[in-house]
Amino acid sequence: MKPVPFSYSRPDTIEDACVLLAGDEDAVVLAGGQTLIPMLAMRLARPSQLVDIARISALTGINALDDGGLWIGAATRQVEIERSVEVLRCAPLLAKAMPWVGHAPTRARGTIGGSMANADPAAEIPLAALASGAVVEVKTGTGTMELTIEGYFLGPMVTAVPEAALVTGIRFQAPPPGRLGTAFHEVAARRGDFAFASAAARIVLDDNGHCIDLRLAIGGACDVPVLLSDVGAALIGQQLRRTDFDDAVGAAVAELDCIGDLHASADYRRRAASTLAKRALTEALNEALGAPT
Amino acid sequence: MKSELTVNGRKIELDVEPRMSLLDALRDELGLVGTHAGCEHGVCGACTVIADGEAVRACLILAVQADGLDITTIEGLAPARGELSVLQDSFCETHALQCGYCTSGFLLAATVLLRRTENPSRAEIERAISGNLCRCTGYTQIIEAIELAAERLGHRNTNEPEGAA
Repeated sequence: MKPVPFSYSRPDTIEDACVLLAGDEDAVVLAGGQTLIPMLAMRLARPSQLVDIARISALTGINALDDGGLWIGAATRQVEIERSVEVLRCAPLLAKAMPWVGHAPTRARGTIGGSMANADPAAEIPLAALASGAVVEVKTGTGTMELTIEGYFLGPMVTAVPEAALVTGIRFQAPPPGRLGTAFHEVAARRGDFAFASAAARIVLDDNGHCIDLRLAIGGACDVPVLLSDVGAALIGQQLRRTDFDDAVGAAVAELDCIGDLHASADYRRRAASTLAKRALTEALNEALGAPT
Repeated sequence: MKSELTVNGRKIELDVEPRMSLLDALRDELGLVGTHAGCEHGVCGACTVIADGEAVRACLILAVQADGLDITTIEGLAPARGELSVLQDSFCETHALQCGYCTSGFLLAATVLLRRTENPSRAEIERAISGNLCRCTGYTQIIEAIELAAERLGHRNTNEPEGAA
């Protein structure tokens, strides 16, 4: 359980980090280390160099944006996000997901950018980002990129972030104006374990209770977190107060290519995903109905 | 590689390989073997220490990453030599340990809870120790110990010095 030898550097700027990453194809970014260090200990990762970005000041912070959105620096610790009033106000779905992320001791070290770059299919932060329509900001050796979340997750722990690039921040855009409701639910063997299935929902209603925006995403059940855009397509424009979510969710979940393993079969994950999705939608709807117009 | 940190109030300068965990540095370089090595990949919580006021897993931090951090280990929990903290006392009284291997991790995790939360609910206690595994007690007495310590700390009409929770 000891890692292979590697060198360690702690650059002060994003530019220096990018130079180090570009100069060594076996270099790996170290942020909070809560996933990377176990992989090093088990020698599943054998980097030549760790580039520690945790103290780059330009990569930390939680900033409310003029348009009602929220920018969170990639190296911002999860515990800061969990306790942030700004996150509660501007990205309430992320705030609801945070207590489900690992355990308090891992949230004290783990970062939002690390979770997004690692892109575990069962991870909560990527799922909340997907259901929120977040944007991932990336710095490459030659410039910057903004990756939309819909095309971000390519496979289990594979993202659209290019080689040797650095995730610098996550932007949570403001939802369309209206009555907002959000909810996050998951099921795992024990609190803090990897989710068998999880669901994140965001609903916006107009003054008459008509749905003007609905985003529902499922995690843990498939290779990547999945946005069930068919559910949104079926329900946007409707008077959700009278809507039963069973048909729309049932049809969308039936299409999912669920994974099965020792811990939970594909069938179980599909059923759990369906139940959690309906629960999350109902809770988000109730919150939106109770929200001030 | 050099790493300067504060451990139980003392400034320490380490010179270690980058791959050495804070856990191994505490145990092998500093002789602070009360921090226990369990799974060594962030599952069991036996190596929990306090870093800058937060409970963290010492096996998931490299010693070189700990540069500048203020670390408290189990050896730094008691107010004075030969004494126990209120929480440690409560663990003894409620029989919250059997083999003791996980105990230092639980004590550090619960110490952070009690510093941050004056009157923790049972659910808050369960959440705070959810990252720590115990294979002896079934957790019930551990939760009772933390409840007892919270009650005692609440009844005390003094300002608790940092580290004595």
